[in-house]
Formats: sequence, structure tokens, C-alpha cells
Amino acid sequence: MRALTDALIITKRQLLQLARVPEVLIFSTIQPVMFVLLFRYVFGGSINTGQPGGYVQLLMPGIFVQTTAFTLAATASGLAEDMTKGLIDRFRSLPISRSALVFGRTLGDGLLNVVVLFVMGIAGFLVGWRPTSGPVKIGLAFIFLLAFGYALSWVGIFAGLSARDYRVVQNVSFLITFPLTFLSNAFAPTTGMPRALQYVAEWNPVSTMVAACRELFGLKNQFGATAGSFPSEHPLPMSLIYMVLILLVFVPLSVRKYTHAAKK
Amino acid sequence: MKAIIADHLVKTYRHGEVRALDNLSLDVAEGTVLSVLGPNGAGKTTVVRILTTLLTPDSGSASVGGIDVIKHPDKVREIIGLSGQYAAVDETLTGMDNLVMFGRLYHLGKKAAILRADELLERFSLTDSARRPIKTYSGGMRRRLDLAASLIVQPKVLFLDEPTTGLDPRGRQEMWGVIEELVKGGVTLLLTTQYLDEADQLADDIAVIDHGKVIARGTSDALKTQVGGERLEVVVDQQHVGATMEIVSRVSGQKASLDEGLRLISAPVTTGAGALIEVLRSLDTAGIHPLDVGLKRPSLDDVFMSLTGHAAEDEVKELDTGKRSGRKSKKDKKVKGAKA
Repeated sequence: MRALTDALIITKRQLLQLARVPEVLIFSTIQPVMFVLLFRYVFGGSINTGQPGGYVQLLMPGIFVQTTAFTLAATASGLAEDMTKGLIDRFRSLPISRSALVFGRTLGDGLLNVVVLFVMGIAGFLVGWRPTSGPVKIGLAFIFLLAFGYALSWVGIFAGLSARDYRVVQNVSFLITFPLTFLSNAFAPTTGMPRALQYVAEWNPVSTMVAACRELFGLKNQFGATAGSFPSEHPLPMSLIYMVLILLVFVPLSVRKYTHAAKK
Repeated sequence: MKAIIADHLVKTYRHGEVRALDNLSLDVAEGTVLSVLGPNGAGKTTVVRILTTLLTPDSGSASVGGIDVIKHPDKVREIIGLSGQYAAVDETLTGMDNLVMFGRLYHLGKKAAILRADELLERFSLTDSARRPIKTYSGGMRRRLDLAASLIVQPKVLFLDEPTTGLDPRGRQEMWGVIEELVKGGVTLLLTTQYLDEADQLADDIAVIDHGKVIARGTSDALKTQVGGERLEVVVDQQHVGATMEIVSRVSGQKASLDEGLRLISAPVTTGAGALIEVLRSLDTAGIHPLDVGLKRPSLDDVFMSLTGHAAEDEVKELDTGKRSGRKSKKDKKVKGAKA
């Protein structure tokens, strides 16, 4: 109980930060909306999806997943900055639970995702995105997305605490998340990739998540043929498995890292 | 009772290559101030980090307020306050936001946290800037806020790791004032510093450390006596140099030395103010009016030099020449000595 209220105070700190510097929230929302518009109008016309409603139906789940994947970078750089500035030392010298800070941070970044996904959903709707599966499945898709972002947030905690400088973290996490999100089925069918890369893309959790969301939003025939990998055939259970695996590995690793964290 | 005990602490880095602490032992009696004095890299911050539960030593033991820091770190955290080398506060938040957040993390209720924040802001003259983001604060204000954050629950034992490093002279003076106030309130304080005058000003007791070991321990006076007694210094007009040399040599019992450029005559004395009066009387009788006269006590710079064979700030110089203020402090000492 104590640990939870401590964590919520840390979460509240992040919300306060947003209130004090609202530009952060504005720009972290504008960026994904910009992606929606660019992909929708730049690629949308030239990719034939064989889907009713066109490319935007496939694109939106892809962009949703990409945006939640970037949570990794946000969490990592936020935490690394706290570390560089000595705040982590202060938190660690307080009589609070060891997990409170990292737990609170992931919750805060999760909350930010709620806002961002909401605004993106509206933007998507305005440019023609029409999920057809009904409110329950659509709601479930968003819960999936939030959970995925949350799981990656824990990877971000580990990355942020391992870094020597917060400016490096930002670069490195983008270096990881960019290929991770593009080497997937998020924006283009994997069938166009070389065979080997196709397998990589299909085992990529991002692809699995995108496929799961597409299914939940009511798209049956996704990007046409797949390489026939297990994750692409069973995206829903496989996404869950990925999320659980990420949490199982990175929650204990991150808490451990925090406990032994040293200011560089 | 001892509020802080460190017993044969050893901490190595890079698989034993770097020995940050080498069997370091020290203790601080309740309600007193110990200054841990040493150059950069001597191990000051490592000691503080172990005592504040942020770091586990390779071997040795330590207790704060009678509680073992290795076995019961949670209990130790409840009775300590730590203010580090960097102002560890959230820069995007206001001073008020920060103090309330830390108050809540110390498990004060919402109202109590706000009340305490108000009190502390008032006490550290930050009330006017309470609603401004820390980003807009001066260095001195940040440090004061950081210190305030470590005082939220009135810690029994306070650790200040280089509280004035990087501050301008005015910021340092303000910080000293604040720390002196705290000490009057009866807190046990361990303070690290690379400024010799700071240790002299604030601490009851000084532990000089170098290469992870305590190389000397005692009051400022005791350390100075260890290096040597006082020197009597007189500055006179050129025409009186010879006569003054004789007078000073006679009082001292040792041959006086002369700095010709400054026309400064000096000699070691053991009787302090008595010697000063005797010299002044003799000078007066001889019709010589000194331009300046004083007793100079050895500064902690001298102490450090004689203990380690190198100046305290040697290693600092390589890192940052801008931050040093050792030279200025030496001058302060002399003025103080003359008053004594």
C-alpha cells in the first residue's frame, strides 16, 4: 500500500511537470498526428492493400503501435536525466519503497500514452480510419496498446539507468525503436522484404502487436501473404506472451538496477 | 554517544584497481559537526554515499544514529537528510512543488507537507520565489532549496556533500549562514569540503582524508598546532627594517626572517598575544610605527601541505581552475589572525 501511494506521488510529479511545461504534452501529441497525416497522404495513394477503406485502415494500428513503442525512449531519457542531475540519489536516500520511483515513472508514461492515443484516434478518424469491430474489441485494442507501451516502459527504465548520460539515451533509444518499428508490418507488407528479413520482421513483437490490433479493429486479411511464422498466425496470444516476457525480464532487472544505481 | 560510526570501510572500483576507501574509520559525536576535508578523488563522496545507504562497502561496517547502515538501510533513511554536490531537485517544478513532493514522500499528509514547505521556504528566504520553476533560481537558491528538501522531517543526522562547491562568494556566505543556524539547532552534521576555510568555519572537528584514508583528525586548532605554532608578522618603513628585525628576533628567541619586497618581518612565537604586546611596546619605545602587525596562525592549507606533501587543491586544479577559491581564503585567514 505504502509502495503504491509513493509511486503515485512520483506519477503526480510527472503530471505536474506537464502542467508546468505544457509544450511537452503538446509536442508529444503533435508528432504522432504528423505521422498519421504524412503516411496517410504520402504512401496511402500508392499502396494497394486490397482492404475496403484503403491504406489508412492498416496504417492506424501500425502508427498506434509505433507511438507506444516510443514510450521506451521517453521513459529512458526521463530517468537518465534524473540520474544525471542527482535526483535518483535523493530518491534513494528517502524512506520509500525501492520500486516506488520506477513504478511511478512507468505509470506516468502510461498515462501520457492515454492522452496521445486518444488524440491520434481522433486524427485517424478525421482522415478516414473506421474500425469495424465494435466498441468492446476496439476498447480491448487500446488496452493492448497501453499494455504494450507499459511493458516497453520497463525496458526504458533499464536503459535509462544503464546510461552514462541522458543525451546519449535519447539517441540510442531512437536508434533501437526506429528499426524495430519499421522492420515490421506496421507500414508495409513484410512480403516485399528479403526472405530472411521477413522472418525477423514477423517475429518482431511490433509486427505481432500490429497484427493483433488490426484483428481487434476488424481487419481480417491483413497485408496479404505472410512468411507463415507462428506469431503472424496467432497475433493475439503471441502479443500477450511477448508483453509478459518483457515484464518478467525487465521489471526485476530494472528494480535491481535502481537499487544499485550510482550517479555517473 | 556517537551519531556516526564508520569502521574500516573499504570500497574498490574496477575490480580492485581503484581503492576509493582504504580502511577508513571515523566517528562523529551526537550534536557535533565533523568536516571531512580532502581534495577531489580522496574518497569524500564515497564515504557519504555509504553512510547514506546509497552504496555498499566491500568490507567494514558503519552505523548512523546507532543503526547499521548495511543491515537496516530503510531505518537509517528515516533519520537522515542528504544534500549532495548537485542540487538534486526537479528543475521544471517550482520550489513549492518540490518541497511538497518530498514531504509527501516522507509520508507527511497533504496539509502537513504544504505547511512544512511554507516553513522551510520562509526559513531559507525563498518565499518570494516559491512559485517559480527551479530553472530560474540562482545557484545559491538551488542549493538552499536542496538543503531545505533534506530537512523536511528534521533529520537527526545530516550529510552535506560539498555544499558550496561551485557557488560564488556570496552564495557561499549565505550557505554558511544557513548551515551555522542548523548546527545551533543541535543536528549532527557530517560535511565534506575541499575548501579549507569552510572546514575551519563550520566544523568542531576535522578529518583530513587523502587516498581513501583518514590522515589526520582533530579540531582546527589542534591540526594547526600539529603543523607549528603562530608567526608574528610586522610590516615597517624601509628605514626601520634593521631595528625591527632585532626587536622581533629578541622577542621570538629565533632569528626573524625578512620579506624584502613587502618589508615584512616575521618569526615564530610561542606566547601568542603576549609576544605581540611585547613587540609593540618595544617598537613604540624605539619610536617605530608599524604599518601592519599581526599574529598569523598556520592556515589549513599549511596543515594539508605538511600532512600530505601536496597542496589540497593540486588535483582540483586539473579539473577546474575556475572553481577554486583557496587563494582568496588564505587572505581571509590572515585578517582573522590579526584580530586574534
